[in-house]
Amino acid sequence: MSQKQEEENPSEETGEEKQDTQEKEGILPERAEEAKLKAKYPSLGQKPGGSDFLMKRLQKGQKYFDSGDYNMAKAKMKNKQLPSAGPDKNLVTGDHIPTPQDLPQRKSSLVTSKLAGGQVE
Amino acid sequence: MLPGIGTLIQDMLWCFCQMKGTIEFGSTEADIISTVEFNHTGELLATGDKGGRVVIFQREQESKNQVHRRGEYNVYSTFQSHEPEFDYLKSLEIEEKINKIRWLPQQNAAYFLLSTNDKTVKLWKVSERDKRPEGYNLKDEEGRLRDPSTITTLRVPVLRPMDLMVEATPRRVFANAHTYHINSISVNSDYETYMSADDLRINLWNFEITNQSFNIVDIKPANMEELTEVITAAEFHPHHCNTFVYSSSKGTIRLCDMRTSALCDRHTKFFEEPEDPSNRSFFSEIISSISDVKFSHSGRYIMTRDYLTVKVWDLNMENRPIETYQVHDYLRSKLCSLYENDCIFDKFECVWNGSDSVIMTGSYNNFFRMFDRNTKRDVTLEASRENSKPRAILKPRKVCVGGKRRKDEISVDSLDFSKKILHTAWHPSENIIAVAATNNLYIFQDKVN
Repeated sequence: MSQKQEEENPSEETGEEKQDTQEKEGILPERAEEAKLKAKYPSLGQKPGGSDFLMKRLQKGQKYFDSGDYNMAKAKMKNKQLPSAGPDKNLVTGDHIPTPQDLPQRKSSLVTSKLAGGQVE
Repeated sequence: MLPGIGTLIQDMLWCFCQMKGTIEFGSTEADIISTVEFNHTGELLATGDKGGRVVIFQREQESKNQVHRRGEYNVYSTFQSHEPEFDYLKSLEIEEKINKIRWLPQQNAAYFLLSTNDKTVKLWKVSERDKRPEGYNLKDEEGRLRDPSTITTLRVPVLRPMDLMVEATPRRVFANAHTYHINSISVNSDYETYMSADDLRINLWNFEITNQSFNIVDIKPANMEELTEVITAAEFHPHHCNTFVYSSSKGTIRLCDMRTSALCDRHTKFFEEPEDPSNRSFFSEIISSISDVKFSHSGRYIMTRDYLTVKVWDLNMENRPIETYQVHDYLRSKLCSLYENDCIFDKFECVWNGSDSVIMTGSYNNFFRMFDRNTKRDVTLEASRENSKPRAILKPRKVCVGGKRRKDEISVDSLDFSKKILHTAWHPSENIIAVAATNNLYIFQDKVN
């Protein structure tokens, strides 16, 4: 029933590491993962876990379409393209304007929680 | 019955007891459980969900007929605690998701709890009504006004028994005190005050006063470009009403004493484990971010949860934890994909059992882990519909890291990362646990021999 607790040894190789011939012997799994990430996203900031992450945390929340902001931004931009909404990091209020295409789906109406309904045992 | 005394984790077998929630597909996002909490006696179990609703279960009295079947939890009350709101200035929606529920200790016949979403804390009163007045003079039994000319005699209304009705009413609404998103609330041991913490600030409230709060911690830098860490969780000491702790995204914990100054920006104690600089990677800070901090019942220890481990700290020793438990270290070689799918930011909670001898936390694939602090043994269990027969004993699960996979094991690549157990709760004095698996609530008990 019980398991022996694994020794905490982050530099110990896992089976998967051994199979990856490109990695050097004894490299931390984390470093290998970091290398993978940097290979996919070369522009990823040098400063890990810095301001960008934190700003993202602080600004959680679904942004909605605001016609006032939208029209003002259009006027400012003139001929330029409006920045498109995306899973992305434009976080300063007023700079990132959702466009009509990005309108989120309507939330479903409030009903009683299913936990309060018939129980399943 | 005090758990932990004489019960080793190898001897303790957990059985399925109940599962709440629908098993059909297509349950909405609103049904996702976002918090689970037993009250101080364990008689009530509250859940909050993404749709802003609270459901409270009550343990039924044990019947003499079924000695081996301990009281089950049935729905006692349910109400809409928070509704979606809109911040017009920023065109941002304020989610109605219940981030935390905390019970107040019971002081009279009614039950009180605090529930909070990102911005507003509410105090709810849950009370029973089992009598109603009958025999009014001016209205009839349906409440319609009677024609005064038909009233010839005067009678005194009497209280008659009625079917039990449980009412939930919002008694206090504590609004507009947080610029950022509330991640924690904690009731003080003085039962007069409580705190609410957001990413950068912690406020102290008096239960009676809704339009003011004291700011006791403020880590917002003058220039937001200099922001390096945020507050991730906070809790009051269980006995000392002047002491509280808060954890950060950098893996540190600060203990503050409110007697030292009104604004507790300078900590009394600072808990941080030194890191070997050669181990540092892009992910180091992210996975060191503490997602939950909990005092032991004794008040002597704190437990913290970061992405891969649970740590126990002695309040008397700041330079390193006294115990570190690996929750799912095999994920270390998956950090790249976990970063891409945002799972690396999942916030797992952790809980103590009643005697502080066993700690529990969730993982992926609907697995949850328990660690016995005395024997150093641990076990991985699963909350799944397949194991949902009454009193079915939960079989320990094992994740295979590489090489040959044994028959009962599951490989790391087969883990379902959408099935995450972030919220669990342990009954204050018995071996009963509540595990939230997305939209289902599982209740497990130890096997009564």
